Amino acid sequence: MADTAKTQVVSSAALRRQMLAEFWFYFSENRGAVIGLFVFVALVIVAVFASVIAPHSPFEQYRDAVLVPPAWLEGGRSAYLLGTDAVGRDILSRLIYGAQYSLFIGLFVTTLSLTGGILVGLIAGYYRGWVDTVIMRLMDIILAFPSLLLALVLVAILGPSLTNGMIAIALTLQPHFVRLTRAAVMAEKTRDYVTAARISGAGPFRLMFRTILPNCTAPLIVQATLSFSNAILDAAALGFLGMGAQPPAPEWGTMLAEAREFILRAWWVVTFPGLAILITVLAINLMGDGLRDALDPKMKRS
Amino acid sequence: MFGFLLRRLAVLIPTFIGVSIIAFAFIRLLPGDPVALLSGERVMSPERHAQISAQLGLDRPMVIQYFDYLGGVLTGDFGSSIVSKTPILKQFLALFPATVELSLCAIVIAVVIGIPAGVIAAIKRGSAIDQSMMGVALVGYSMPIFWWGLLLIILFSGILQWTPVSGRISLMYFFKPVTGFMLIDSLISGQKGAFASAVSHLILPSIVLATIPLAVIARQTRSAMLEVLSEDYIRTARAKGLSPFRVVSLHALRNAMIPVITTIGLQIGVMLAGAILTETIFSWPGIGKWMVDSVFRRDYPVIQGGLLLIAGIIMVVNLIVDLLYGLVNPRIRH
Repeated sequence: MADTAKTQVVSSAALRRQMLAEFWFYFSENRGAVIGLFVFVALVIVAVFASVIAPHSPFEQYRDAVLVPPAWLEGGRSAYLLGTDAVGRDILSRLIYGAQYSLFIGLFVTTLSLTGGILVGLIAGYYRGWVDTVIMRLMDIILAFPSLLLALVLVAILGPSLTNGMIAIALTLQPHFVRLTRAAVMAEKTRDYVTAARISGAGPFRLMFRTILPNCTAPLIVQATLSFSNAILDAAALGFLGMGAQPPAPEWGTMLAEAREFILRAWWVVTFPGLAILITVLAINLMGDGLRDALDPKMKRS
Repeated sequence: MFGFLLRRLAVLIPTFIGVSIIAFAFIRLLPGDPVALLSGERVMSPERHAQISAQLGLDRPMVIQYFDYLGGVLTGDFGSSIVSKTPILKQFLALFPATVELSLCAIVIAVVIGIPAGVIAAIKRGSAIDQSMMGVALVGYSMPIFWWGLLLIILFSGILQWTPVSGRISLMYFFKPVTGFMLIDSLISGQKGAFASAVSHLILPSIVLATIPLAVIARQTRSAMLEVLSEDYIRTARAKGLSPFRVVSLHALRNAMIPVITTIGLQIGVMLAGAILTETIFSWPGIGKWMVDSVFRRDYPVIQGGLLLIAGIIMVVNLIVDLLYGLVNPRIRH
């Protein structure tokens, strides 16, 4: 008895390892996805070790170095590699600390909308009936508003701050997870293995979370990467409109908002924060494309 | 088809009621006194407070207030701005053409470039052309458009001095709006250079607003074409000896367009969100900038009305897209 249990554990671990190996095989075939993964890992490292890597404090204002151009330009100083902003703060240091903001925003928003979306989607797909109808109509209502507009209005209600912005963005991203989970649950619910689990006495919670959910994860993972990049873009847009992170936070969108009036005089204060947003979002989207290809059985050419 | 229309409307009506409840509840959810928020008067005597409260109907039960509000909305009464005291619908109608003009130009750019790009990428799958076009599309898709707009301003308005930085037309020209579309109005006015000025003001905002829809349409067209090109009837068409152009344009593209139409429709919501940023950057006097300005001015009745109007427009556009989809793809009607 103990023996069979042991072999079962081994084989499921082996199976998992084999699935991972297979996943990596398809993922690594996509060169862009691997590049995206490397850039993303580098960003995580930069964010975690920001205090070690950054040459200056992100808030320190060097009064003798206002709007210094990047080091390689005439008038640039090697102490400020990417130049300084209008109050003499080192742009490179602010960008490095800004990575913390963006990655945290992505993680927080995605976690919030993913867990909320899965819960609501499971309930809608499992119970159907009027519960389902009410939930789906509610999601339709949220989807009727452009995400940025809804976020803007919610922030107008709750007051401009990064936390409120993140909650608002999570709310606007949630319906996609609800729809995906619901559709997957409805497709899986009638399968034989679910019926077998039900007959052997599994309760609704076990059925929902242990039996059905693990088989719906592929589209959710892909959607989660999309949400991650969308959250970063939307939060930066809110910051740019003055409705997200508030100055002097070194959030990339907020930095762009502060730099707007200098665009024709000092291109570097505008260029680098935006470039940082673009590179981050691009890396995540590249990974997302790779994940979609690796997880979608239709794309596999075995 | 008629049954399909009825079914779609049956879904639309509860959604609209929900949206109107959200817009109605919005003012009541705000921290602070709705009487002060809706009248814009910060300090008032208790008598004045009671008078305004009665005047705005805020002393009555919530349910009656809601039906009052809904009744007003259905007859075109969205209330008035606190700041300018003008009716919200009037403001909206004055600004809406500017946003429509901008969005139409953007969607034309996105479709005219995006669909051919997607088709070429699909035909030349795996080639350098395909890879570079899809690379560019992914960059466009990941673009923070507010930054993209600023970059274009630096290049074309700052360094090259080709285009103006903001507005819809040079201050030199003045004429009465006939259609609300600056391109048409400037032509009608017959003033020399007016049309050119309108075009030069429109071009950068259109490019910025078109960026993300263009990338999405190109990617969607490519994947739809790839799917269709592997179908048996395409092989049959090729085997019959039809020219590659005929196969692609007549057999493949037609069927590949079905999902692309939905994608284009879905971009309308994306565009209205994009208009918020684009219009702010270029000081384009449309509804996106109107909403942002109202949020800053704490003009709550305008935010409320704008929210409802924009959601209503998106819902109507989505309905039209759904109906078009049903028209080109009869399978979906059931």
